[in-house]
Order: sequence, then C-alpha cells, then structure tokens
Amino acid sequence: MTVHPLKEEDLKRHPVVEDKPKARYSYTAGQALSVFLNGLKEGKILGRKCTKCGRIYVPPRMYCEDCFVPTSLWVEVKDEGVVMTAVASFISWTRERLDHPEIVGTIRLFPSTARDYVYPGLFHRICCSYEDVRNMTIFGKIVKARWKPREERTGSINDIECFEVV
Amino acid sequence: MRTNLRFRPVAVIGAGMTPFRRRMLDTPQELAWEASRRALDEAGLELRDVDCVVIGSAPDAFDGVHMKGEYLAHGAGGVRKPVSRVYVGGATGVMTAISAWYHVASGLCQKVLAVAEEKMSPGRPHPQSVFRYIWDPITEKPLNPNLIWIFAMEMHRYMNVNRVSKEDIALVSVKNKRNAKKNQYSQLGGDITVDDVLKSEVLVWPVQLLDVSPVSDGAAAMVLVSGDIARRYTDTPIWVEGVGWTLDNTSWPGRELAYPRYLENAARMAYKMAGIERPQKEIDVVEPYDPFDYKELHHLEGLLLAKKGEAPTLMREGFFDVDGEIPSSPSGGLLGVGNPIAAAGLMKTISIYWQLKGTAGGMQVKKSVHTGVAQAWGDLMQASTVIVMRN
Repeated sequence: MTVHPLKEEDLKRHPVVEDKPKARYSYTAGQALSVFLNGLKEGKILGRKCTKCGRIYVPPRMYCEDCFVPTSLWVEVKDEGVVMTAVASFISWTRERLDHPEIVGTIRLFPSTARDYVYPGLFHRICCSYEDVRNMTIFGKIVKARWKPREERTGSINDIECFEVV
Repeated sequence: MRTNLRFRPVAVIGAGMTPFRRRMLDTPQELAWEASRRALDEAGLELRDVDCVVIGSAPDAFDGVHMKGEYLAHGAGGVRKPVSRVYVGGATGVMTAISAWYHVASGLCQKVLAVAEEKMSPGRPHPQSVFRYIWDPITEKPLNPNLIWIFAMEMHRYMNVNRVSKEDIALVSVKNKRNAKKNQYSQLGGDITVDDVLKSEVLVWPVQLLDVSPVSDGAAAMVLVSGDIARRYTDTPIWVEGVGWTLDNTSWPGRELAYPRYLENAARMAYKMAGIERPQKEIDVVEPYDPFDYKELHHLEGLLLAKKGEAPTLMREGFFDVDGEIPSSPSGGLLGVGNPIAAAGLMKTISIYWQLKGTAGGMQVKKSVHTGVAQAWGDLMQASTVIVMRN
C-alpha cells in the first residue's frame, strides 16, 4: 500500500497525450457591462449607483450586492484615481519568462476616499518603471487613463492603454 | 458565550494522507483510495461502516477530468452511498471537513468519510494556464492575467499599508520549510535562509520563487463520527467545536486587499460556536493557509491571532515558531508540504487533529495543546473556511 512519485529527472520524459478541445466561448457582456464597454468607446468610465446605500459600482452592476435592490442610476466616474497596489510581472500567463516586466495594479477611481473598504476600482496596466514599483513610490500616486485614439477603440477594457501618473 | 445552536457533537477519529509530490504515477482515484484506506485504518472502520461520503476537489481542469466528484467516487468509497462534492477554490480542503461536520451534526449520517484530492501535474504547459478561466471574461481576462499577479498585488498592498519588509515575509517560508523536514509526507522540507528567498527568481515582483508553494499531487482523508459512538472506536476523539465560512465578492479591484474581512467574519463565526472570546489566549496551535508566505501573516491577522500589521513582528520574535506561544503551520504548511489544493486544506485540518491527539510524531509541538484552528482560503481573494477542534 503506497503511492509512486515520479523521479525529478524523469519529469519531462513521460509521454504526453495532446488534446486541444475546441472549447470556445462567446461570453455575454450583460446588461451592465455592455453599457460600460460602450462608455469606454466614448472615453468615459461609467458606473452604477445604488440610491439606497450610495455605493458606486465600477465595473457597473445592475443590482446592489449589499441592499439587494436594483442600482438605479448611471454615473460617470473620473478616469483618474489612486494607485492602490502595483506589481511587475516577469512571467506570462503560461509562466514563460518575459524580458520586460509588465506592470499592472488596481486603481481606486474618484469619487472615493482613502477610508473606503469598497470603492469604484479597476484592474489595469500602469505605465511606470519597474523601479517605481520596486521602491513603492507608485503607491498612492494619482493616475489618469491613457486612452487609445478614438478610431482604434473597440468597446473593450483594452480601450484604455494604461493608467499613467498625472 | 456559546451559541444556542442545536446540533449533535461531532468527533474526528481517524485521518490519512498520501505524501505530496510534484508528480505521482498514480491516478487521482488511486491517490484518493490510498488516503481513504489509511484514514479508515486509523479509525478502525471498514467501508461498510461509513454512511456518507464528502469529496472535496478544486477546479476539474487541474486533473483534466470533468465531474471530478463522480470520477473520484469509487476511490473515495462513495459507490452506492450518499455522496456530495464541495468546492470553494483553495478553501475547499477545510470546507470538506466542515461539510462532513454538518452531515453528522445534523443527524443525517453517523459516520462520514471526507476525502480531498488534487492532481496538479497533468496540465500542460503549466497548471498556471488553468487559472485563466477564473477571471472575469469581460473586464479582466483581456489583460492576460496570471494567478501570481493577484497574489503579488495583495502582497504588495499588505507590505505597503503595514510597512512590512520582504525579509520579514521570507521568514515564513524559512520557518515552514524547516517545519516540513519533520513531516514524512512533505515535498519541500529543508533548511533555507532568508537570503535564499530574496535571491530566488523574481516571478512577479514582489513575489519570488521561494515565496510560493510548489505544484503538487496528493490526497488526504478524514473520518468524522457522531459523538454518541466516537468512544466505541477510540479513547481520544478530537471534537469539532466550531466551524465558519464566508465568501466576499469577486470585485477584488474595488476592495481593500490589505486585510481579509471575509476571513475575520468566518473566524468570528467559528469562535462564537466554540465559545472562544480571546483567540490569542485560548488557541494553542494554528494551521493558517500559506500558499504564499505573506498569506500566513495575512491570515494570522484575519484569524485575530495578531493585530493588523502585527503578525510580521510576532513572527520575527518566534511567537509562531514550533516552540513558540502559538505554533503556526507545525506541519510545514503548503510551502513545505506541498499544495495539491483541496488536499492541502484537509492536510491542515489533519495536522491539527494529529497535534491534538498527540500523534503528530516529529511534528508535535513542545507545549501541551487543547484548542487548535485550521483555516483555508481561496477564489479571487474572497473565500475563507475555519475549523476549531479540541481534545
């Protein structure tokens, strides 16, 4: 009664069954995110506000998760905010090594305050140097979205190239 | 103050696990069988004695087989029995024990076998790619994220808010790999130094290679029975006295990452049930979830065993060492033992069970222990599961 670990040196030598399922998805952006994506095309970041508790959802949601009632107001938030966290990635999503680090982080968009536990926030690329990340100077900096030229926007989160320090 | 919940007392009477390794030549079912058989042997039961089976396993995509609960059923002793499978991301392991607890506590079953299995090695080119499908397909996936990004973001936020240095965080990795040397099941036990961690490959700054737990295959299993019959099988049943679990939203970019409020909620739920009012005074040994080294500090704070931002200082002072005030991850944790996701969480629960029973062998902590806590965490910085046990 025992189990059988593969020896370290044999790790790469065993046969592999290759199989690529044609699993492709056509996701629905949904009621809230469709408007959000169209907003990005116009260079606006749109959110939904719960009129009961005042919480603003960015990316937007059609209901308030706390009050469990419909959020009833579209609001435009600023394309400016504060860097909450930033990291520099030296690996791709398949864990291959990258020569130049990709810098990403989360941005707390205005209007919001430093005391908020939840806030309108986006996950995106940040245009800054590896040094700024490494010595944490990018934290707390006010950044603004760098938009793609209007004709190149497709209604995607990538319509924002990155956030950069103003 | 204890809650006025009416439930039957539940005891753990046996546990077993396989060693955790980078790649096992056994199928997921064979691994599950191995762990289940060992757990039944320790409990002194046969499969015919078991009423219900609970299976825990994280994304199907790791093993590369859908319906993993059903797939694992025969290895986990689930054929022709009521079987359920639980899944809350990385928090699944402890949730498997919690689910087994309520199967018994409700009076539905008398003897339950809880089995958790994960085989992370089949995915090519790297199990990392499987995580691509946990992100929001509209707002996050187009940025090509990988899993380590999100941990790095949380780690850097935690470091920035609490002024924690990389050196202090590396101490967790050093401690856990050292503890794992005493664990016969461990994959990566050894003596490393803070310098080794700081010089290892930078994956996503501030995360380096030795900050992260390895990819592993493995399984773990546990037998939980009704308190009425526990003493038929053992003189030293270990009682499950509190459970708690909560989920936060998936909107991690719009949430403070420096402190896990969802974990505090889960911990408070479990502590209330167990009648724990001063966690730092009443808890003797803890197994917080440590897929990354900073996570153990983050979780010790969420478990209310350290004030916000105080865990690194206590760690440095040896408070959480194996001979400290509250030994933390005496098994070696995920960093040392390995991280087959669901099995790793149940391994943590089993470690506390063995500590309280006094059968942890080389891993046994120096002080006498009465109350132990195991915790797991998962999903997009949002799920936590907590279990309190006493002897």
